[in-house]
Amino acid sequence: MLHEPAAKSEHDPAASYKTRLGVWMFMVYSVVYAGFVAINLMKPALMEKRVIFGLNLAVVYGFFLIIAALLMALVYNRFCTRQETALKISSEPRPPSHEPLPSAASKETR
Amino acid sequence: MAITLFILFVAFVLGLSIYLGRQTKSASGYFAAGGTVPWEVNGIAFAGDYLSAASFLGICGMIATVGYDGFLYSIGYLAGWVVALFIVAEPMKRLGKYTFTDAVDSKYNSRGIQLAAAISTLIVSIFYLIPQMVGAGVLVTPLLGLPHAVGVIMVGAIVIFIVATAGMKSTTWVQFIKGALLIVCSFALVVMVCIRGFSTTPDQSGNNEFYQYKTLKATERDGKLIPDDDHYVTAVEESKSATYYKLDKERKLGRNADGTWSYTMLRGRVVPLDGFETRLLTFMLDKNLESDEINGLRFIKRNGDLFAVTSFWWKREGNDAEGRVILKEMASVTVRADGTRMINGLPAQPNQQLQVGSLTKIAGKEGKEAETGAVGPFKFLAILSDPETKVQRWKQEMSFTSGGYSVTLFGPTITDGNRIMRPGLKYKVEGTWFERLDFISLMLALFLGTAALPHILIRYYTVPSPAAARKSTILAIAAIGFFYILTLYMGLGAMINSVIDPTDNNMSGPLLARSFNPILFAIISAIAFATVLGTVSGLIVAASGAVAHDLLDRFYALQLNDRQKVVIGKAAAFTVGLVAIILGIVFKGMNVSFLVGLAFAVAASANLPAIVMLLFWKRTTAKGIVASIIVGILSAVGLILFSPEMYVQYGLSPKQAPVPFNNPGIISIPLSFITLVVVSLVTSKDGTAEAQARKTST
Repeated sequence: MLHEPAAKSEHDPAASYKTRLGVWMFMVYSVVYAGFVAINLMKPALMEKRVIFGLNLAVVYGFFLIIAALLMALVYNRFCTRQETALKISSEPRPPSHEPLPSAASKETR
Repeated sequence: MAITLFILFVAFVLGLSIYLGRQTKSASGYFAAGGTVPWEVNGIAFAGDYLSAASFLGICGMIATVGYDGFLYSIGYLAGWVVALFIVAEPMKRLGKYTFTDAVDSKYNSRGIQLAAAISTLIVSIFYLIPQMVGAGVLVTPLLGLPHAVGVIMVGAIVIFIVATAGMKSTTWVQFIKGALLIVCSFALVVMVCIRGFSTTPDQSGNNEFYQYKTLKATERDGKLIPDDDHYVTAVEESKSATYYKLDKERKLGRNADGTWSYTMLRGRVVPLDGFETRLLTFMLDKNLESDEINGLRFIKRNGDLFAVTSFWWKREGNDAEGRVILKEMASVTVRADGTRMINGLPAQPNQQLQVGSLTKIAGKEGKEAETGAVGPFKFLAILSDPETKVQRWKQEMSFTSGGYSVTLFGPTITDGNRIMRPGLKYKVEGTWFERLDFISLMLALFLGTAALPHILIRYYTVPSPAAARKSTILAIAAIGFFYILTLYMGLGAMINSVIDPTDNNMSGPLLARSFNPILFAIISAIAFATVLGTVSGLIVAASGAVAHDLLDRFYALQLNDRQKVVIGKAAAFTVGLVAIILGIVFKGMNVSFLVGLAFAVAASANLPAIVMLLFWKRTTAKGIVASIIVGILSAVGLILFSPEMYVQYGLSPKQAPVPFNNPGIISIPLSFITLVVVSLVTSKDGTAEAQARKTST
């Protein structure tokens, strides 16, 4: 019993889709984050430049990194949930009418 | 009232812990709350876990003293959640059972991984525990007037009690309550800071008269300094670059109508003697003594009159046009052998701190004309970013012993607003290559460290499914991100409102709250204390899990039953708690966010390569993982031990440090990745997960 998961999780058919999506989104965010570090190292004076509402680039970029993390997280969750729902439907017994499956699901199950 | 509120809050946390502890019987319940926590609760508990002493105390303190450089920690800590969400959250939930070791070892069943990962968990947890305990010590001094060590011991004892009685379920609920309260109260504090606005003489909403440090002139005759206004030199201290004078002045004591005594300072401030001083003065008069020293204040009787002799420290600042010497008053803290303290020459109350930090110009304006009244959140930051806004920051200039007293002097430097509001004051982005490397190293460790923290990783096992792990992470990002934006306002609010204690900037956030209202201070301090309690609880659960589950149950295969495992977990919690208490006392005075940054570097070096490569590189072998964990720990810890900041801690010159930067991540993280790849390639024949699986099946 001790080597069992604290909560057993079922087989997740959307796992590979979510992993791929996660890696892509991670790479996009990493580039934005690296941009922040690079500007500070190469053109630190640029960070003093006023951008909007009297705020300088350092503040705007810093806030953007925080807000972008949340927005990307929400987008990621939306895509993951849609895929999970689609694949759950596709793995259930087909209804007699044989309605077409969502496209994302058919892509994943190919 | 403030103390009562504080005690009530702590009592509530303990009561909740005991109540939930009665429901925890199994190992699954103790280490992972039975995997039954709703994702909404877990998300806020994540925030509670993560918004540790480093976030509230450390970041605010660092922003208050070095401006935007402190906010780099907010950005980096939050960005780390992107790695946690996109790369680690769901796979970890699918792989793991209770601990980080379970997850890393899930494909191999390797005793080497079990041992290395358990040791790594212990080391990272202890590194992360140090700043929490330092934060605890810092909190109790201004609130309860207790010494630092007492605060550390108090937190250690309470947390050991919480963890030993309950485990993950109670820590989750403590984190939930504390995380939510911290965010709500911080938001309220930021609103109050914006409403108060800017002033060059911040009097803390009328609660505390602004202390204007004075300038005095003196004449130099035959090598002797003769200051104006009846001051006389009683001691001289010289550093490499400056000369400091101790100037005494006799101030006549007057008897008030109500029988109390008082004396008048240079600018007409009347200072009353407190009850203790009055009793001793009466004793001196009764015994007919000519002079006596009371509470660091000297009294003299001459020609029937009584005088109080005050002492202030001044720095020589060159000469004026007429050749007269200019003296600038220093901020000073004097500690006597018996522990009593004087702040700026006057006896201090047990919970009183030296408090500094203000603006000398606001967008080019001075005095009354500069006062802004309430400002909006963007305007607040825009004013501070103005090159014509001048910030007076205080730094320790000298520490020495004079007349049997230990004296520390602090002097001001003026910094332009545009420099405050961008990186460069702490992390020298325009400095030498090593200084720039330190900045990159910090940003790398913060980005990669979150996803490798054992006490964050184990929280993924408290929810019922991978989807719940994902959703709770997103809620955590929202809550933590919002809080980190608030830290910028709280830190800057402390910087301009004369609330920073230059001997320990960690208290800037709570002291900012005290500048508004003592009740708000008590609430914020209680939350901060609970913050420490919660984070330390989570860390100790992670560390005790490493000992009981990873080492004893799995590595030594002791065949423990559920009950024995929980008992050993609690014993381990007690031991780790004791170690944390000792280290918390040793590291007093260091910025807690800086210390957490080091913990991130160790976690990112030791754990992250193993997690990432296990998930994304099929040729990863058990030996590769073991080697990478060991190299990651040794290189990160080794570089930290020989870094400049640690040399200061050893009492040595930072220039003697063989490692020229403080943050080890830039070397230790790639080194750990490279080690994993090289060792895995060398041992790939039979060590991959597939090979292990084949072995197991045959």
